Amino acid sequence: MSDEYENKSGYQAQSSEALTGSAGSTPDMDYVRPAELPEQDLYHGHTFITKWVFCQDAKVIGVQYFLTAVFTGVVGLILSWLMRLQLGFPGLAGFITAEHYYQFVTMHGMIMVVYFLTALFLGGFGNYLIPLMVGARDMVFPYVNMLSFWMFFVAVAVLMASFFVPGGPTGAGWTLYPPQTILEGTPGSGMGILLMLISLALFVIGFTMGGLNYMITVLQARTRGMTLMRMPLTVWGIFTATVLAMLAFPALLVSAIMMTLDKVIGTSFFMPTILKAGEVLEYGGGSPILFQHLFWFFGHPEVYIVALPAFGIVSDLISVHARKNIFGYRMMVWAIVGIGALSFFVWAHHMYVSGMNPWFGFFFATTTLIIAVPTAMKVYNWILTLWRGNIRINTVMLWCLGFIVTFVNGGITGIFLGNVSVDVPLSDTYFVVAHFHMVMGIAPVMVIMGAVYHWFPLITGRFLNETLGKWHFWTTFLGAYSIYFPMHYLGFIGVPRRYYEMYDSPYMTSAVGMNEFISTAAFLVGAAQFFLIFNVIKTLKTGERAPKNPWKANSLEWHTSTQPPEHGNFGERLPVVHRWPYDFSVPGAKDDFIPQTTPPSEVAHTKVEKT
Amino acid sequence: MHAGIIFFLVILGSILFHIFTPWYWTDIASNWKGMDDTITLTFWVGGGVFIAVCLFMIYCVFKYSYKEDRKAEYKPEDKKLEKILTVATTLGVAALLAPGLIIWNQYVNVPKNSIEIDVMAWQWGWQYRLPGKDGKLGTTKVVNINDDNPFGINLDDPYGRDDVMVQSDIINLENNRPVKILLRSVDVLHNWYVPQFRAKMDAVPGVVTFYWFEPNKVGEYEVLCAEYCGVGHYAMRGGVEVQDPNSYQEWLEEQETFSDLLAKQNKEIETKNFAKNNSNIEKVIYKEEK
Repeated sequence: MSDEYENKSGYQAQSSEALTGSAGSTPDMDYVRPAELPEQDLYHGHTFITKWVFCQDAKVIGVQYFLTAVFTGVVGLILSWLMRLQLGFPGLAGFITAEHYYQFVTMHGMIMVVYFLTALFLGGFGNYLIPLMVGARDMVFPYVNMLSFWMFFVAVAVLMASFFVPGGPTGAGWTLYPPQTILEGTPGSGMGILLMLISLALFVIGFTMGGLNYMITVLQARTRGMTLMRMPLTVWGIFTATVLAMLAFPALLVSAIMMTLDKVIGTSFFMPTILKAGEVLEYGGGSPILFQHLFWFFGHPEVYIVALPAFGIVSDLISVHARKNIFGYRMMVWAIVGIGALSFFVWAHHMYVSGMNPWFGFFFATTTLIIAVPTAMKVYNWILTLWRGNIRINTVMLWCLGFIVTFVNGGITGIFLGNVSVDVPLSDTYFVVAHFHMVMGIAPVMVIMGAVYHWFPLITGRFLNETLGKWHFWTTFLGAYSIYFPMHYLGFIGVPRRYYEMYDSPYMTSAVGMNEFISTAAFLVGAAQFFLIFNVIKTLKTGERAPKNPWKANSLEWHTSTQPPEHGNFGERLPVVHRWPYDFSVPGAKDDFIPQTTPPSEVAHTKVEKT
Repeated sequence: MHAGIIFFLVILGSILFHIFTPWYWTDIASNWKGMDDTITLTFWVGGGVFIAVCLFMIYCVFKYSYKEDRKAEYKPEDKKLEKILTVATTLGVAALLAPGLIIWNQYVNVPKNSIEIDVMAWQWGWQYRLPGKDGKLGTTKVVNINDDNPFGINLDDPYGRDDVMVQSDIINLENNRPVKILLRSVDVLHNWYVPQFRAKMDAVPGVVTFYWFEPNKVGEYEVLCAEYCGVGHYAMRGGVEVQDPNSYQEWLEEQETFSDLLAKQNKEIETKNFAKNNSNIEKVIYKEEK
């Protein structure tokens, strides 16, 4: 066996090396308290399998998560094409029956929310960035981290397998509302739904292993000097989202288990007395609304599990490329934490017209609109970061600007839907579809794309092509906006969602032209993603090599011993942190950035306000 | 530069789309104008914020694009500005929330003079039941439902006998008279929704849910199921005809009551018993073939 454990405890610095450093600086200024714990031992793989397949390096695991999630995302994208084909040009593709359509809707929704966005932000960016950004050599439990990815991989495999079982995948809608989910009359109510529930359970188990890692790494493995209030907002976003996920996913797990029992052994957790085809079924006494409470107790925090990492990442991208500190850092941190906490008190705003006690509406409308306040503060702080900045209008910044436009748009329509009585006419219409795609589909995807262009040089050592990047951005942004902005108005007409065909209802026929337009735009936006694929292939072959720290950023991931960072991240010595990551354009400083590792003595003459 | 111009055109296009859109509300035909008004208010406030934020962003793109010799401002925090923005946002949000809650309060408090309608949903259809002369609906049970008792009315409930049964997916309503829709489902979730009335609520098997509205425009409307209920969801349509009081009364008197139905069935049972001897012969032949 080529197992080899390195003991790095010899490198432990017992006190700040800078104490004995240059004369002229105040002696205790650069002091950072000694590390209490010896450094972690890392398992270094040597074979192809241990290095690239069953790998314990969080960076490789991050890339594995990223690529698997992107694969599911492509499947989700193709499903959306098929749906739009049916909606825009009904009958054109004769093979799309109503059963198929509902299966596409369901699988698209579940894939995009859970297997694409959640896995990509937490599993992908979380794994790659957390250890690098907090100055750790790896996640605290590398082996569990590896298991986490492979559990996710199995979950995806089970999910994809459901396309090939008799009856096909479940067509119950991604919310899987019982009783219809497990009754005939819904496509895939046999094997399809079982595989979906099993896959979700596996996902939650896998995610729990990863989530423990992200949380404990952030809490326990930060390098010396990296206080919580010096962490990049990316880490704050991913960390808070992980805490939310750890609290929210159990609700999904139990509801999946209970529903499996209802399906397989005939319990009645969610099943009341049901009359089906003239026969009274063997169920009785269960509550369909209980499932909805459990589902949305998971489902609403889930929105923020996707949104908070996006908030964090976009804050860092904006700050770096505007060459300006993020405005109101402490406010941003508390907004992330506050939104995270509040997100557990708003779930029933998905259920205003579900038949729950209508008096709940007052409470949940109030909490929902309260959450708008910290969210709005974050938006203000992003644009105030741009204000009086020195903004590089590159591809990364364009994605950030696109994020602001789509996020504010989607956030505002959220105020319509959260405001209980306004929700009554709009719920279950295309207004809802437009709202959540804008706010938790397009906006986070904008951030993902920005992050890909931003961190690509770190991961591969090469720049993505800017011209292709700009084409990619504008086609995606303009296309996506012209899909979802007009779609709100379909909701005003009253067109309900999840309709396989509109028929010729008087107020719906006027929407035929718009549906054709939206479908065409959807085909183009999907196709525009080939710009990125082409760009990646081209860059890997002939792309311009990136120098070290090409964006002149301050956070630790750009200050590793090598670029791309090797296993263990920081060479012999872990970095020591002296400041927050947003010291851009500090008056008096030589460069327009001061890395987090720069001790105060080196920049003593500058007017640094915050460390 | 180009980026700023394109973003500006996107915002301008959004505003123009909103002003000139041919796709907007279907004409309202109920008392819930307050919902429309709150939406309009939210459009003004929310749309204003959206435009302001985006224009400010575009301004920054124009004004502060990268220049080698310029240095960005260094100002980590501005407590005063942050406080002003927090207070202003809170006030704005409260101003939107207040009308929303007031209307919700009306929505959950049903007027006393409203007529109750039992809307029964299944995969995939609707039927309706109105109270008879006693003004009260009889209680029901899913297990009671069969061909002889299509609504599952409890036979020992005296209120149920005179209930008016509309075994059709079209229901007539009296203009300017509030209706309390009592929803129930015998299988999965459904939702009885007429876009022109604005109101909706899910029908949940196992419980009776409700909402109310007052139709105020004579005419025919389409009912849509607004909660996904399986593969026939999109085809689960019904109808409403809002009539003036006179025509409504006429229509109402034509409808069959539960006791009518029971009487008819008793007659049928007698006929059946009479015919039993004949059918027994047929059954024997059938068995032999098997």
